[in-house]
Amino acid sequence: MKSWDGFKGDSWKESSNVRDFIVDNYSEYVGNEAFLQGPTEASKALNEAFIDLLKQEKDNGGVLECDTEVVASITSHGPGYINKHLEKIVGLQTDKPLKRGFHPYGGIQVAVKAAEAYGYHVNDNLRHVFTEYRKTHNQGVFDVYNKEIRAVRSSGVVTGLPDAYGRGRIIGDYRRVALYGIDFLVEEKKKEKDSYTYPMTEHTIRAIEETTEQINSLIRLKELGLMYGFDISRPAETAQEAIQWLYFGYLGAVKEQNGAAMSLGRTATFLDIYIERDIQKGLLTEEEAQELVDHFILKLRMVRFARTPEYNELFTGDPTWVTEVLAGMCDDGRSFVTRTSFRYLQTLYNLGTSAEPNLTILWSEKLPENFKKFAAKVSIDTSSIQYENDDVMRVEHTDDYAIACCVSPMAIGKEMQFFGARANLAKALLYSLNGGKDEISGKQVGPKKDVIKEGVLDFDTVMANYDKTLDWLAEVYVNTLNIIHYMHDKYAYEAFEMALHDKEVKRNFATGIAGLSVVADSLSAIKYAKVTPVFDKETGLVVDFETEGDFPCYGNNDDRVDDIAIDVVNRIMSKIRTHHTYRDSVPTMSVLTITSNVVYGKKTGNTPDGRRKGAPFAPGANPMHGRDKSGALKSLLSVAKIPCESCQDGISNTFTIVPQALGKEDTLMFENAMCQDIKSENLVSILDGYFTSGGYHLNVNVLLREKLIEAMNNPLLYPNLTIRVSGYAVNFSLLTQEQQLDVIARTFHESI
Amino acid sequence: MNPSNILNVHSIETMGAFDGPGIRYVLFLQGCPFRCQYCHNRDTWDTKMNLPKTPLAIYEDYMKYKSFYKQGGITVSGGEPLLQVEALIELFKLFKSHGIHTCIDTSGASFNPQQLDKINLLMQYTDLVLLDIKHIDDEAHKVLVGASNKNVLAFANYLNSIQKDVYIRHVLIPGITGKEEALQRLRAFLDTLSNVRQIDILPYHKKGIMKWDALKYDYPLRDVEEPSKDLIYTAHDILKTCYEYKK
Repeated sequence: MKSWDGFKGDSWKESSNVRDFIVDNYSEYVGNEAFLQGPTEASKALNEAFIDLLKQEKDNGGVLECDTEVVASITSHGPGYINKHLEKIVGLQTDKPLKRGFHPYGGIQVAVKAAEAYGYHVNDNLRHVFTEYRKTHNQGVFDVYNKEIRAVRSSGVVTGLPDAYGRGRIIGDYRRVALYGIDFLVEEKKKEKDSYTYPMTEHTIRAIEETTEQINSLIRLKELGLMYGFDISRPAETAQEAIQWLYFGYLGAVKEQNGAAMSLGRTATFLDIYIERDIQKGLLTEEEAQELVDHFILKLRMVRFARTPEYNELFTGDPTWVTEVLAGMCDDGRSFVTRTSFRYLQTLYNLGTSAEPNLTILWSEKLPENFKKFAAKVSIDTSSIQYENDDVMRVEHTDDYAIACCVSPMAIGKEMQFFGARANLAKALLYSLNGGKDEISGKQVGPKKDVIKEGVLDFDTVMANYDKTLDWLAEVYVNTLNIIHYMHDKYAYEAFEMALHDKEVKRNFATGIAGLSVVADSLSAIKYAKVTPVFDKETGLVVDFETEGDFPCYGNNDDRVDDIAIDVVNRIMSKIRTHHTYRDSVPTMSVLTITSNVVYGKKTGNTPDGRRKGAPFAPGANPMHGRDKSGALKSLLSVAKIPCESCQDGISNTFTIVPQALGKEDTLMFENAMCQDIKSENLVSILDGYFTSGGYHLNVNVLLREKLIEAMNNPLLYPNLTIRVSGYAVNFSLLTQEQQLDVIARTFHESI
Repeated sequence: MNPSNILNVHSIETMGAFDGPGIRYVLFLQGCPFRCQYCHNRDTWDTKMNLPKTPLAIYEDYMKYKSFYKQGGITVSGGEPLLQVEALIELFKLFKSHGIHTCIDTSGASFNPQQLDKINLLMQYTDLVLLDIKHIDDEAHKVLVGASNKNVLAFANYLNSIQKDVYIRHVLIPGITGKEEALQRLRAFLDTLSNVRQIDILPYHKKGIMKWDALKYDYPLRDVEEPSKDLIYTAHDILKTCYEYKK
């Protein structure tokens, strides 16, 4: 067969096994970036057209166009192009660039609201159908929520729940489309379907129905290919076809689903095999190879969904989390670094910096030095990439895993997750002092208990109360998620993404927590200083705290408080584990807030650490802004102590350092090039140090506070300033001013 | 505990990226015999005990961050580290026994060519010296730092005689060290050395003023400006063009 001509190995030929195909056929690249090429004229022209579209989108209030007439599906729209004659890789979500599809299955009300917020009116007939005849996920969830769940949701002690939008965080193995072609995949799924036997239990019936949905969606993808003039029933034969086929796979997913995070997976090294084969055959030059990659990445930058303003407040900057992981180690001792790993990073130079795709490097100390240095250089130049600890994740998720959203690892095509928003642990601490009443509304949300007595707070008493509150919180939280994911499977099942999974899938039940550093510092204050609650005379609730004396803060590598953070994390996770989780899923947890740290803070009263009511939390597992005063390494080491075993869904750390702290700068051009080199090496040392110390994830920003202030005041001068916020990157100019101020207030590590 | 092994520490920087190769643990010692008019660590002059630390305590603290220092090591700066040579020997002996790269950032101020025993011993445990030559002209040196440069140049020659790796550092101050004649004389001196691995020209900056103000001392160079780009180019030309570094 021409498509597999020259490919080695057999284990991947009988059934889907992309991992073995890659390992049998890729060539590790340990050289440097000198081979990379700049953009072609076509790439430049397409990119300019894209930048122009972005400007129009921004001028139009954030949305260029919304479809209100057609329900989005894989085949809902005919072909669309930016400039057909220039595009080497084609395909849009709808018929026009940046036009957003109409996705009602997650919730008709939300889909209508999203369109209306930008001045679009959804076709009345569609609205009627999805209200009267076809129930949606959101309706299903609210039909079942009890009073308590509604109360925790509205108070914000449990928050960001995917009960009104697509849950996302499922990664189809889009590479299968290229390697096997659709017909092979359909045959495989048909065999799966036939393998189910009596008795027809609920479990079996659902599995068969879902498999049928998967088969139908695969067939629809074939139709999509034909609309663009490609026969993807067969495997790809060239590099261009491989990228195109793979992209059709991804496109099918983002046409069908408006998921919170629609991640791409791990594609560079897979595609490298096709690119290198074509280069060796003389069919492709380096410049052409880079052009294919540039055009592909440009498409990924164009993914859009219609979302409500509330959603965008929660997840700032219109993110789609097209996360692509690069590098990582192979079980055979080689790294997965190939030339195409470099080519992906090169797009940040060829097309300019960008928040999407969310380029994520799976870091191991053993990666080739040249690649590590180049990645660090790209970080210093663009602040657009993040890093995850490959040595930690590979053990749990095989050497062929990817990251969904910000930090969630999953073996590609073998694992998925039920995304679970977050429990606000800081608010829960206030509930434990106020007998289950909300400190802002005064409503009884948690179980009714006595309000804490007057006088200096006793640490042991506070912890005992807090522990009980966490028992309650874990129970209501897990059960809420059980409802959500049952309904999501029922009304907004991701048939196409799941079609690119194995028959037996491991499901993770991904809970999350917010406010860890606030809780750690608050408990530290209670333990090491004297904290006296202040009561509101009318309500009798604790509304503020008076603190006498010093206390250690999380983020200074001080075990006295870091141990408190560790204890809190272990405590909540062990409580979550005691509850039944939907569909035999395995409970996990992340310490991640995305940009919602601002919104969660807004909903939380004064805390014993001195944080004021409404002030933002620190993002993810970060120490609170400005409290990690003892230097960058101590801050990193505090976060690295948070135990991965209790946080298998990720521990997010956003690290900002001023460029000068990485090494000296020089006025002379030649000397400065050397200085830049030294800075890259020093950043490599920081990354090596953090990850060998057990760190999980690191967002790296290399920038000056002054630059952000200038960008806030003169947005027109910085239309493309990209920064990492919390597991993803955003265009700084798309943040609300509140969020911009929050980012500016964060700790910028400087050298003394 | 032997009191001569106690180091008088001013402060510790765990992420030093300026004082030697890689990311380094930088130990600033308390006390300095020089009185540099532009000192940016004015608060390190006093030799009174500030923060006493044993070599072992420093080593244990270093080890907390060791995973970041694989391309780096420890640098002892100051103040003037050679004022505490005995404790420094113990410290570096301990660090070298664990294979850690050691570096001293010094002005050579307290070097005494008549008493080489201790310095010889210290150099056995030292991988790199960052030698700060303040001014090549002895009279100008006296004005700038309040002491002769004889010991400094003698220290440079000594390091050359034992072929110890050295980075030369030179603060470029307009009208003071930035005069062409002074730069040319410095170059002529550097040409007599064959142990120099790097020459760092440090453009004078005024960031140290804050510390002087905070301590309520009058900052002597208040009217001196930071060097122009042209001057920096000139200094590079004079000091570095075709310089033969130690490989």
